[in-house]
Amino acid sequence: MSPTSPMQCAASLGAGLLLSVLSLSLGASGSAMAAQATSSISPASQDEQILRIANGAEPGSLDPQQTSGTWETRIVRDLFEPLIAYSADGELIPGLAERWESSASGLRWTFHLREGLEWSDGTPLTAEDAVFALRRLLTPATAAHNATLYYPIVNARAVNTGTLPPDQLGVAAPDAQTLTITLSHPSATLAQTLAMSEAAPLPRHVIAANGADWTRPANMVTSGAFVLKEWAPQSHITLTPNARYHGAQNVTLDEVVYLPIEESHAALNRLRAGEVEIAYGVPASHYAWIQDNLAEALHTYPILGEYFYVFNLREGSPVADRRIRRALNLATRREVITERILGMGQIPSWHFVPEALSEHQGARFDFADWSMDRRMAKARELMADAGYGPDHPLELTLRYNTLEDHKKIAVALGAMWKPLGVQVTLTNTEAAVHYRDLALGDFEVGRYGMIATIADAYDFLNAFSSDNTSNAPGLSSPAYDALIEAAAREGDDDARRQQLHDAEQYLLDNDVVLPLYDYVTSSLVDPAISGWAPNALDVHPSRYLHIDTSH
Amino acid sequence: MLSYTLKRLLQAIPTLLIVITLSFFLMRVAPGGPFDGERRLPPEIEQNLRAAYHLDEPLPMQYIRYLGDLVQGDLGPSFKYKDFDVSELISQGFPASLELGMWAILAALLIGVPLGVIAAIRRNSTADYVVMSTALAGIAVPNFVIAPLLALVFGVLLGWLPAGGWNGGAWQNLLLPVVALSIQQIAYIARMMRASMIEVLGSHYIRTARAKGLSEWKVILRHALRPAMLPVVSYLGPAIAGIITGSVVIEQIFGIPGIGRYFVQGALNRDYTLVMGTVVFYGALILLLNLIVDLLYSMLDPQIRYDD
Repeated sequence: MSPTSPMQCAASLGAGLLLSVLSLSLGASGSAMAAQATSSISPASQDEQILRIANGAEPGSLDPQQTSGTWETRIVRDLFEPLIAYSADGELIPGLAERWESSASGLRWTFHLREGLEWSDGTPLTAEDAVFALRRLLTPATAAHNATLYYPIVNARAVNTGTLPPDQLGVAAPDAQTLTITLSHPSATLAQTLAMSEAAPLPRHVIAANGADWTRPANMVTSGAFVLKEWAPQSHITLTPNARYHGAQNVTLDEVVYLPIEESHAALNRLRAGEVEIAYGVPASHYAWIQDNLAEALHTYPILGEYFYVFNLREGSPVADRRIRRALNLATRREVITERILGMGQIPSWHFVPEALSEHQGARFDFADWSMDRRMAKARELMADAGYGPDHPLELTLRYNTLEDHKKIAVALGAMWKPLGVQVTLTNTEAAVHYRDLALGDFEVGRYGMIATIADAYDFLNAFSSDNTSNAPGLSSPAYDALIEAAAREGDDDARRQQLHDAEQYLLDNDVVLPLYDYVTSSLVDPAISGWAPNALDVHPSRYLHIDTSH
Repeated sequence: MLSYTLKRLLQAIPTLLIVITLSFFLMRVAPGGPFDGERRLPPEIEQNLRAAYHLDEPLPMQYIRYLGDLVQGDLGPSFKYKDFDVSELISQGFPASLELGMWAILAALLIGVPLGVIAAIRRNSTADYVVMSTALAGIAVPNFVIAPLLALVFGVLLGWLPAGGWNGGAWQNLLLPVVALSIQQIAYIARMMRASMIEVLGSHYIRTARAKGLSEWKVILRHALRPAMLPVVSYLGPAIAGIITGSVVIEQIFGIPGIGRYFVQGALNRDYTLVMGTVVFYGALILLLNLIVDLLYSMLDPQIRYDD
């Protein structure tokens, strides 16, 4: 490099910077005017059905294949209907497909689309759109987070890793109204995965024409009950009914406004001030007050999530000794955490897979019914066996990701384990560092939380397969792997349920985890809203909702 | 003056380059990555994501790619807000932050400066004690206490103003966040103004002015105010840059679509491009405002001249 080139470099960089700052400020004034001109959050009026939702956060995307958070799928579900949809209470019901059947082997599935389906721009919606969406979902460049859920489809893994072209995926459209999906092994969760918004047919004509900009309000064309009217990032997203939706006659809302309110106190204030009708998430610190004062609006219900700690089973870890892990599990008073620390109706867990997965016949710790005295006696005995006690304490580091509630729980665990001669040191880091370190095995006992991607026990249990990247404990058990592998391919429901039960019981019997409680969530819903039902999946499609203006 | 300005603008380029380089590499050294979460991604998926954002390339190459894009005014796509480019996010959010911030600064100046002057003139009087202890309280009580309190009292309990929302920057929606944002600034400016006014009032030229028989108000307005403003003006450069780039607390509590949250969320999510974009934007803004402050100096203080 010649001596002058850094200067030139710097000069052109400077020019570029000035240009970007200039263009930013120009763009700024331009969009400020646009914002004023188009601002459209109107106050809810008596006759208009305008529903305003405090939705937790700004969506990272409105492309169904780029979303995974509940606050994102809530909007996307209103815009795009998958082949299989959800009822108001979270049951699977026909969506764009009116019916489907599988071959006797469970390997070939046929979906029959409703007649006369149209995109919101009037273009016919065909099975080719469904084929296009599934191929796009597994294309490496799409980088879809949940792509592995679709690996049972023939060639899905090869397509997703770039070794086969997308047209080799086991999906086909023999005619405009029929979609066939071929699997490489039976999958008990296929219907559930196809009900996820990322599997919804996509408007290939719009994506072809607009590329990455297809999700902008001016471009987006939808199949669901609503269309995207306006998207002002961090301000609001406004949806209006899609007249071409197959169930349009049952949609009563005139407008749905999603507000990305992250602060749950702010959401509560907005609800109390009559500025929103639904608020997802309530401030834990005000829970008792809400119970007393907003009881009619408050809904608290279990969701498919588990709060637990993982033990590092790797060699050299102080909790590699199972006796110590069992002693800690025995000495943990889960009800103290759920009732005295949290108090929002969380369910103490003597299991690992949340109870809300009702189909799953839950496994349990064998000491679940013991008295506390008996548990503590056993725990002391195990610690003594392992060579520890009040005179020879075990030093243990507890890691959690930085959050006040996590801290309270970690402190409580330290206090509960103290009588066993365990001296706990607490370490907290921000979430990104925490989970990276746990995955690398750089911890002793670490806080973990898991929310189901699909309503199936496999989704939780698969995390501890030897080769799974979420396997923080470092469990490496051929027996466990065999159970998980068998459940993934089992076509018979009862046999599969038994395999998953056995896998969960293995985790508990070997104290791989320290489960604490099943998550619950709380929502505030204006009593004037009908059609809203709490459910474990926490799905509440707006098309079922209605505002009773006489309320 | 013109050549001075040009020189300063040119000097800003290497400064910014250093800021960009440091931030770029510091961000990458930080443990944890943009795709780390409760659910670790399967290796295939993580590989796809890394390739999509060029994170699979060697770091020096990514750095050169970033600078190359930056020169063309491209701040890259956000990792978290995938449907938008970082420059789009900033240009859509900045007007709200700017509008809110300018009102807050204006309020802070219009209230803080007179309060400081009054406290200085009536030094050690009741008025002084009231102003200064209120200012101290204003500094001590943080935003995250004042803001929800304002929303609760005026939005929920009294129902006079919206409890939140932007509504295109309507005055009803602006009022509470402007108050919340300006309280600390009013307090800072009042204290600063008082201290510097006291100092100026004790100087020789003020004594001369008084000796000439000018009225006290004339002395203060014509002779003391301008030099006493100097510390406030130099404070205003970084303060304006800080305020018009948004406050994450105010934005979250009042639901304002500004860019303050991007500074915090970008860093926590390891959204590399968003962090870099906000750093570049903030850095350029600070340099620009500091230059303006220095130019204002020469207008306020005749002893300062920018000749070559």
